Amino acid sequence: MASAAVSAARPQQRAASFNSGAFLTQAHRFTMPVLILIVWQALDSFHLINSRLMPSPVMVAESFWQLLVTGQLLGNLWASLVRVGIGLGIGVVLGTGFGVFAGLSRLGEDTVDSTLQMVRTLPHLALIPLFILWFGIGETPKIALIALGALFPIYLNLFAGIRSVDRKIIEAASTLNLTHAEIIWNVVLPGALPQFLVGLRYSVGIAWLTLVVAEQVNANSGIGYLVMNARDFLETDVIFVGLIIYALLGLITDQMVRIIERRALAWRPSFVGTQSNRGAL
Amino acid sequence: MTAIETRAPVLDSPRVTTAESAVSIRGLTRSFGGPAILNNLDLELEAGSFTVLLGRSGSGKSTLLRTLAGLDTAPAGTVSVPRERAVVFQEPRLLPWKRVWRNVALGLRDGDPRAQASAALDELGLSHRLDAWPLTLSGGEAQRVALARALVRRPKLMLLDEPFAALDALTRMRMQALVAKLWQQHDLTVLLVTHDVDEALLLGDRAVVLIDGQIGADIPINLERPRRHGDPDFIRLRQQLLATLGVDEVAG
Repeated sequence: MASAAVSAARPQQRAASFNSGAFLTQAHRFTMPVLILIVWQALDSFHLINSRLMPSPVMVAESFWQLLVTGQLLGNLWASLVRVGIGLGIGVVLGTGFGVFAGLSRLGEDTVDSTLQMVRTLPHLALIPLFILWFGIGETPKIALIALGALFPIYLNLFAGIRSVDRKIIEAASTLNLTHAEIIWNVVLPGALPQFLVGLRYSVGIAWLTLVVAEQVNANSGIGYLVMNARDFLETDVIFVGLIIYALLGLITDQMVRIIERRALAWRPSFVGTQSNRGAL
Repeated sequence: MTAIETRAPVLDSPRVTTAESAVSIRGLTRSFGGPAILNNLDLELEAGSFTVLLGRSGSGKSTLLRTLAGLDTAPAGTVSVPRERAVVFQEPRLLPWKRVWRNVALGLRDGDPRAQASAALDELGLSHRLDAWPLTLSGGEAQRVALARALVRRPKLMLLDEPFAALDALTRMRMQALVAKLWQQHDLTVLLVTHDVDEALLLGDRAVVLIDGQIGADIPINLERPRRHGDPDFIRLRQQLLATLGVDEVAG
């Protein structure tokens, strides 16, 4: 009991002393962006820049509010999220399947790896014309493109991760009377997980990038559609809203993967401290 | 070349004709392309004995241990080992993504795995580290977890492959005492591979020296336990072993 109390108290102390420093750093980080916003607003207010080309922050905020209350923003945001969700889902599932197959067996490597490596050298965005001819201009080509883009980082990282699992640990596990499947499940796949999550972060980034491009080519919904429409009507403020939404979505999803990492890799030394702190926070 | 008579399962489960408890090796030959690492080797380990396997680097002692552990899959000759055997390596080789008790319980089929793991860890003085992550353990603690992982399987044969080599001197002494205690309290046949002549004399009741893939010397160690470095018999055996290993120690 006593030893448990001591070990629980220590990380809490560390967290407390750490947080005051972290707060200052956080505050410093926001100084520059806030300054830029102020200068930007001032330039617009004194008509030093053409607000038609460069709307002021206040104008952008107003237009954001307008889009929100008319329901345009949420509807199009949902359309974009669905595309990324489905495309990313398909890409991750396929990438994981191929990665596990190629990583675990020589046969898998021979059948899958060289083909995927060849396709990988092709920039997947270059396939847009082909995908439109194949799949039309509906949701299918967009989702297919996102899936294709997301597949490779997952595949490459998982394959490399599986192959780099410490042979000595596998050997030790094989002296513990484990079946082949148990070794894969308990040793190989957890060992490849950190690398898989690196791949996932890349995939999420690529999914958003692909979405931006795909929605600008031909869409009648989505954030990209909103932005392209705004271009036709010279609504630069709406374009800015679209860009900010894109940035936020990228940021949020990256944070989500980080949270998954922190939970799934709680055993790693860099996370061990965070893990014990979580109760205190 | 004779067929392998007994091999306990590693990944699959081939035929196993379990020996009573001792180890019996006949005509074991192993080469990795070049000259034979193990050359027509015969060795018997009495049940409950503590045998130390010494030899210079490349003398084949690790290959011999790996064969007994079922990790080396293509030896020629007859090897008979108990099915219940466990290995502790130089590195703890724990799964860093499983908490300590899960590492120990890995592969246990019946009963309450946590209770069994807990009992084994308790015996090694690690009951407070049950839920720790392996990477937060010290070197000695991690190696004790590896020992618990071996012990929890109730092995008849315990194979130790230089398990103390990576530890600091003080931890090593404590671990040596611990292994001696475990051997005395459990019904264990121990084979310890080491470079360290002192370690051999502290722990073993028989020292087998491998030279060029064959048994170069087989020396019984009939010293009183606990053993003392200053004991004249200890010193005499030490010099004898060192001479066998080709080290001419200047008498001091």
